[in-house]
Amino acid sequence: MNDHLLSLMTFFPLVGMIVILFLPREADRLIKTVTLIVTIIVFIISLPLAFDDVFITSSAMQYTEFANWISVGQYFQMNYNVGIDGISLWLVLLTTFIMPIAILSTWHAIDKNTKGFMALALLLETGMLGAFISLDLFLFYIFWELMLVPMYFMIGIWGGQNRIYAAVKFFIFTAVGSLLMLVAIIYVYYFSVKAGVPFENGFSVAHFAQMDIPAHLQTWLFAAFAFSFAIKVPMFPVHTWLPDAHTEAPTAGSVILAAILLKMGTYGYVRFAIPLFPVATMQFTPFLAFLAVVGIIYGALVAMMQDDVKKLVAYSSVSHLGFVMLGVFAMNLQGLSGGLLQMINHGISTGALFLIVGFLYERRHTRLIVDFGGLSKVMPVFAVIFMIVTFSSIGLPGTNGFVGEFLILVGAFESELRVFTVFATTGVILAAVYMLWMFQRVMMGKITNPKNEKLKDLSAREIAIMMPLLIFIFWIGIYPNTFLDKMNPALENMIKQVKGKQHIAMMVEDMDQTVTQITVND
Amino acid sequence: MENLVQIALQNVNMAAILPSVILTCFGMGLLLISVFLPRGTTRHAVWISMIGLLVTGLFVYTGWGNPQYGFNDAVANDNYAAFFSMIFLFAAGLTILMSDDYLHREGYPVSEYYPLILFATAGAMWMASGTDMMTIFLGLEVMSISLYVLAGFFRGQVRSNEAGLKYFLLGAFSTGFLLYGMALIYGVTGSTKLTEIGIYLNAHASLLDNPMTLAGLVLLSIGFLFKIAVAPFHMWTPDVYEGAPTPIAAFMSAGPKAAAFAAFLRIMEYCFFSLKPEWTAMLWVLAVLTMVIGNVIAISQTNIKRMLAYSSIAHAGYALVGMVAANEIGYSGLLFYMLAYTFMNIGAFAVLTLAGKKGEDNLTLEGFSGFGFKRPYLGVAMTIFLFSLMGLPPSAGFSGKFFIFAGAVDAGYIWLAIIGVLNSAVSLYYYLRVMVYMYFRDPVEDYAWVTLPAAAVISIVIAILGVLYLGVIPGDVMELAKLAIF
Repeated sequence: MNDHLLSLMTFFPLVGMIVILFLPREADRLIKTVTLIVTIIVFIISLPLAFDDVFITSSAMQYTEFANWISVGQYFQMNYNVGIDGISLWLVLLTTFIMPIAILSTWHAIDKNTKGFMALALLLETGMLGAFISLDLFLFYIFWELMLVPMYFMIGIWGGQNRIYAAVKFFIFTAVGSLLMLVAIIYVYYFSVKAGVPFENGFSVAHFAQMDIPAHLQTWLFAAFAFSFAIKVPMFPVHTWLPDAHTEAPTAGSVILAAILLKMGTYGYVRFAIPLFPVATMQFTPFLAFLAVVGIIYGALVAMMQDDVKKLVAYSSVSHLGFVMLGVFAMNLQGLSGGLLQMINHGISTGALFLIVGFLYERRHTRLIVDFGGLSKVMPVFAVIFMIVTFSSIGLPGTNGFVGEFLILVGAFESELRVFTVFATTGVILAAVYMLWMFQRVMMGKITNPKNEKLKDLSAREIAIMMPLLIFIFWIGIYPNTFLDKMNPALENMIKQVKGKQHIAMMVEDMDQTVTQITVND
Repeated sequence: MENLVQIALQNVNMAAILPSVILTCFGMGLLLISVFLPRGTTRHAVWISMIGLLVTGLFVYTGWGNPQYGFNDAVANDNYAAFFSMIFLFAAGLTILMSDDYLHREGYPVSEYYPLILFATAGAMWMASGTDMMTIFLGLEVMSISLYVLAGFFRGQVRSNEAGLKYFLLGAFSTGFLLYGMALIYGVTGSTKLTEIGIYLNAHASLLDNPMTLAGLVLLSIGFLFKIAVAPFHMWTPDVYEGAPTPIAAFMSAGPKAAAFAAFLRIMEYCFFSLKPEWTAMLWVLAVLTMVIGNVIAISQTNIKRMLAYSSIAHAGYALVGMVAANEIGYSGLLFYMLAYTFMNIGAFAVLTLAGKKGEDNLTLEGFSGFGFKRPYLGVAMTIFLFSLMGLPPSAGFSGKFFIFAGAVDAGYIWLAIIGVLNSAVSLYYYLRVMVYMYFRDPVEDYAWVTLPAAAVISIVIAILGVLYLGVIPGDVMELAKLAIF
């Protein structure tokens, strides 16, 4: 079973989707139940990964599977090449963990075309899991594009007022980025063929990473990859699709988008862009760190000014992912592990925040902050949960957000990005401002709007949705080593390789200069 | 005289033309049978022509890997011709399947329609197998004349008449260019045989910058580029596709376009390999122009048939990229793409034939509002075809574009590949918009439940299977395409 665990996990949702397609349209509850069961089964399938201690000791890919998929004579070989290491481990588990929660949140929220929604959700899960486990760039690209379609329809069919604009914008932004990446992928492949990488390895990332690509080529290739991933992260200034998409998407869509899809961008940097083009990474680091810091501060400032809770959370994502990017480009263990952990944290906290916004919206059909106020009186349980999530999003010690941001800031401070760290730290303060201010206006004070007086507190189902997220908020906050221990070996290995290549590149450059000087002296 | 006949007969090799002869016989037979049947019966014509296509396909299939040359090297039934013949046969088959109920709905249940498609297909096959300027020209004329009639087939409809007449006038004009080009090349080299022309030009380097050679090359190219609908020779396409009966528009966008590519590529590769840098440079510019014009104008279209016409211009541009690359992967990518395009575009048109009402005034974006929910199966089919046209994996359109752009990158045309993918990004917008109307808008018209005609459904199902097969496991067909090129 272990041999094909990853494939089973990835394609089980697809099987579920096919089953869903054969259920009658009217059987609303049945469709939801089947989908929930499928996602839970996927989670159970993925659980052994979480308890596998091999990740603590080994940085190598585990659970690998390899099969020849497409081969065209002496030209192409695309392989079904998947595996998992400490970097992708927690993201895979985050995906399988969030999906049942997202499905459960649709119980009352989605009532038209349930069948379509659930089928798309399952297709999306396959796409996301596939993208996280791909070790072949071509395969990765397929899954990467596969994710676009379901999300496009989710926003466009089940979204809010302005859904068409948001859906089309989401699709076009992401697709434009990925098309340029496709050209870069093809180019890297031909380079590898000319560099003598055995043809059977196809588009294998591990083999590409061992090549020495000349610096000037790396610059262009990295730019193409980085642009594609930057749109997905999203980084300032290509973030503009995110607030639209988040605001218009249905709750489950927002949760999946925030918790998992955004991680594709940052994951792409860690898994592909940086290891493949280490020298270019060095050149781009200050620039990307600058954009990350601008994103942190800009996202926070814009979030502060929002009068729509969902938009506020959307902009806070821009800010949070700026932190992740800063940590990743610090290129040391603290920064990278902090960045990786913060990806998980953001998935949990922001996912939870979108669920909370969804609860509010289902009750009042509005998301404007001014329409609320004093809710803690009528919804005490909700108030407690909302507060914990708010603290986690701010990064209060004891919650998960603190560990991630702390590691990122320490890592960045110890790297050459020290100056940026100073500015990034203001983001933590700003986060406290916009989150607490929002919490205060929504939950505290007197009930000003009579419609709010009779709101029901959370139902058992809603509490059940939130509970797992709360557990992880504290678990990561109090004992992060459960998670860090398993990601560290893979990260250490990656840092070692990248730094090594950067070091050689710098030495070569120095030697060139010396040679030039000697020639001049002669 | 007797000697001449003997020499001519020595070189006859019927095996070289067997498939197209069989197809022509079926067409002729069908015409004859139809005379004895009452007007308005067409069912037999569908059956007979489908059988004809199947039998021809069988002969093409058995001829694979066993090239036959005949008629004093005027015809070569090689793998190249076989691959393209398969494309034409698929295009004709899918078109015929979707036609019957359509013709009845539009009020023209005339059985002559089917032999004309068979003749056009046979003409296309001659074009693909011609290795002499004259055979290629004959094939082109047989194909074109059938298509002129088919485009204007709805003789009571103004739009159809306009389409037929426009296609005929411009087509005749472009044929003039083609013939003039052939004449000039004959004047330079003294031969109409493609290989002989190539050898002669290669041996006489001084002829390569001779104005007559270059003028011949350019005029020849114009003739084919017109048929392929490459900008700036694309002007006829939108009007003709919009006015012609929908299945014919589908057929023209796939079969004859591929036929023109087949002949064009063979001539360029056989005759003008010594001038490769020149013609690739020319096609580079035209490819960019075609992709940009096709995609940008498609954005502003509200009639879906017209939008697909502009999109077919853009797709011709992508295919040209493969020709510019001028390497093995680019050429075989082009062949692959033509097959992929046949499935996805004819599939999309087949959905249109079922979605339209009599007169087809509802084939606008507005008319498609809510289509996806009211006609769920057709909606899903259309979605698959549109995603394939966009070039999203795992679909035929994606693998096709991937191979073509890979060819371009391999040949060092990285900018061309980048312009190509950026153009696909532009195309996302107008393909997505169809889906926006299909799924994100509420229906404006009444959708009465209709039973879908079985034949058209079969055509759509085949197209979907083709799109998915070429998308998920493109390796096998790509291998064949590689064996098919020279």
